[in-house]
Amino acid sequence: MNFYNEMIDADNGVRAHYRAYDEWLKATPADRIARKRAEADLAFHRVGITFAVYGEEAGKERLIPFDIIPRIIPSQEWKSMQAGLRQRVKTLNLFLHDVYHDQEILKAGKIPAEQILNNAQYRPVMKGVDVPGGVYAHIAGVDIVRAGAGEFYVLEDNLRVPSGVSYMLEDRKMMMRLFPELFAKHKVAPVQHYPDMLLEKLRAVAPNGVNDPTVVVLTPGAYNSAYFEHTFLAQQMGVELVEGRDLFVKNETVYMRTTQGPQRVDVIYRRIDDDYMDPEVFRSDSTLGVPGILRAYQAGNVTLANAIGTGVADDKSIYPYVPEMIRFYLGEEPILNNVPTHMCRKPEELKYVLAHLSELVVKEVHGAGGYGMLVGPASTKEQIEHFRKLLIAKPDGYIAQPTLALSNCPTFVEEGIAPRHLDLRPFVLSSGKCVNMVPGGLTRVALTEGSLVVNSSQGGGTKDTWILED
Amino acid sequence: MLSRTADHLFWMSRYIERAENLARLLDVTWQMSLVPQPVEVANQNWKAIIALNSLEESFEKKYSTVNAENVLRFMVSDTDNYASIHSCLRLARENAHAVRGTITSEMWETLNSTWLDAREKTFEQLYGAGIADFFEWVKMRSSLSRGTTLGTLLQDDSYHFIRLGTLLERADNTARILDVKYHVLRPQGEEEGATDFYQWGALLRSVSAFEVYRKAFRDVITPERVAELLVLRSDMPRSLHFCLNGVIKTLDLLANAHSHETQRQAGMLHALLHYARVEDILEQGLHEWLTDFMDRIYLLGNGISRDFLMPMVEEAA
Repeated sequence: MNFYNEMIDADNGVRAHYRAYDEWLKATPADRIARKRAEADLAFHRVGITFAVYGEEAGKERLIPFDIIPRIIPSQEWKSMQAGLRQRVKTLNLFLHDVYHDQEILKAGKIPAEQILNNAQYRPVMKGVDVPGGVYAHIAGVDIVRAGAGEFYVLEDNLRVPSGVSYMLEDRKMMMRLFPELFAKHKVAPVQHYPDMLLEKLRAVAPNGVNDPTVVVLTPGAYNSAYFEHTFLAQQMGVELVEGRDLFVKNETVYMRTTQGPQRVDVIYRRIDDDYMDPEVFRSDSTLGVPGILRAYQAGNVTLANAIGTGVADDKSIYPYVPEMIRFYLGEEPILNNVPTHMCRKPEELKYVLAHLSELVVKEVHGAGGYGMLVGPASTKEQIEHFRKLLIAKPDGYIAQPTLALSNCPTFVEEGIAPRHLDLRPFVLSSGKCVNMVPGGLTRVALTEGSLVVNSSQGGGTKDTWILED
Repeated sequence: MLSRTADHLFWMSRYIERAENLARLLDVTWQMSLVPQPVEVANQNWKAIIALNSLEESFEKKYSTVNAENVLRFMVSDTDNYASIHSCLRLARENAHAVRGTITSEMWETLNSTWLDAREKTFEQLYGAGIADFFEWVKMRSSLSRGTTLGTLLQDDSYHFIRLGTLLERADNTARILDVKYHVLRPQGEEEGATDFYQWGALLRSVSAFEVYRKAFRDVITPERVAELLVLRSDMPRSLHFCLNGVIKTLDLLANAHSHETQRQAGMLHALLHYARVEDILEQGLHEWLTDFMDRIYLLGNGISRDFLMPMVEEAA
């Protein structure tokens, strides 16, 4: 397979937007680079920018490897990507509102009704609930990959509790600290205002009649894999970081326990999944959530960001319908491509998938984090046969996609500098009619040679992402 | 501020302070054990450290004899001993981790790297390299974290809860050290012995008060004056009076609708120190007096928890 290299073109020349960086890299002594890389590792460790890996020794924290070669995107490409992201996220919010109200898209026959109504992520408790500004996915992390020049595909829309934005910000901080001279040479669009933008969005969706809302970040606690990010965002926004046990509901209003007595909470940026939010409604064994919070939410006394029930729009079984949604709600053609997707619940498609397992990527419909997936071309016979059994046993639990020729980018690895595959997760913020984002996003890179899985839980690393201004 | 946040800050600072005081005490006892003395006397000093924290039972479970190496191992590196320096540094870091968004990044980095460094050190390495260096390091790390707090943290409620934890812990620790050492040094009615100068000197050094004593009294070291210095001097940063001065001022700043009784108790305790005479305390018996003081500090800590840190009642909002 031929892969698009972000830095080097087909004739082995350096692409225009990487030229200045390439000159700098060639002119910089190797020992200085090595020293700076060690410095970055030490700094990340000392600051404690770590994440916990599920399934490893409890409380163990790992660094996400940081690569010092940036992923550079020319502004022209970013502009079109940005327009595509706006269009897509706007549509997904319209879709969520529709699904929980009149269900026009189902009536129009664009999506089979049972696909929505029987979906585990569809939350009947949200039927008829009006959320401020009609926004459900206030924060969306849309994963985009490149297959060729100007050829971008959306891999998935993460509308529940997408994470990674703190790495985007810390990577930039680290690059500026290690190599200030690079920023003098390049006009890199800034990203550091993300927390301000987020706070502004959260304040904008406060319940009716609240002028000076109290915003909090709700975390499952210090053992969550993304805990660093929760504390980081709360601190950067200057709001309280709360756990479920810090909150209680009285008279359908949410309060937090403070040293000065109860204080009303208006907007909750929650980093806890739907299932754990309210033991009165969802999982009764959850100790992470707040009993009664859904009642307060339905009464309109508190705003949750993201809303309950957004999973029905980012589910992999719904993903194939997004282009159709864009046409339905906006009357526009999709700007960003969808990866052609085989829905294994359809017998004829399952047949095709089973016959081509070694070429396809198979994903669990409800899976995330790179767990429970099969990358056909990179798998052993046993792994493929294992998935064949899984697919036959539960076809509606899986989708399959052609293996994309993910672009790659030079990256520091043990042996020196070598190309590694990457993706991009821009963070898209919505409130009312406004959809905004900071330029770029989080670039994740698969550090294992040939690997197409970039998730940090699977050994992926990150790079600073540069959108070059003209 | 969030009650849980206040609780973490309060305990974070208590554990740092506890680690520091323990390092001071062990350091001095170690130094003293190097002065020629009968084995029984030396071991009695080590025994006193176990007694200080009422840890006799858990110590005996793991170690057959009381001697320098065993007690140091138990109090420095033993992960099963919740009161060891190792445990204190871990707990300080865990509490800081839970509120790392509230404290400044310098504070967090200080506590985190303290823990990461401490974790790397085995007892054999510390003991082999001369354990005094380790005690010095613990004291410096504690000073560093107090310094970064003072130099970087906004002086809002989070600062006040940190200060409250530090002062309450220090009052308790100073009282304990004085009680145990005084007990060893002055068995009822006995006259002073020859090694007393070194022993009293060691006690003063353990609370960083040797030079202060010289400055304050310009005279020989007597038990009465040691007691006066550590209990009643209001300008000596590790004395009980100094701590209670800070506690009542801080509580005033933090007062809420439920804290009246706790403030009253703190005020009473403060008055006791403010208007006391050392002769009266010694006449009553220093041990009895200190036992009562430690009980009251304990109750004060409970009151602070109840009023600020973990309000259980979901009162009408």
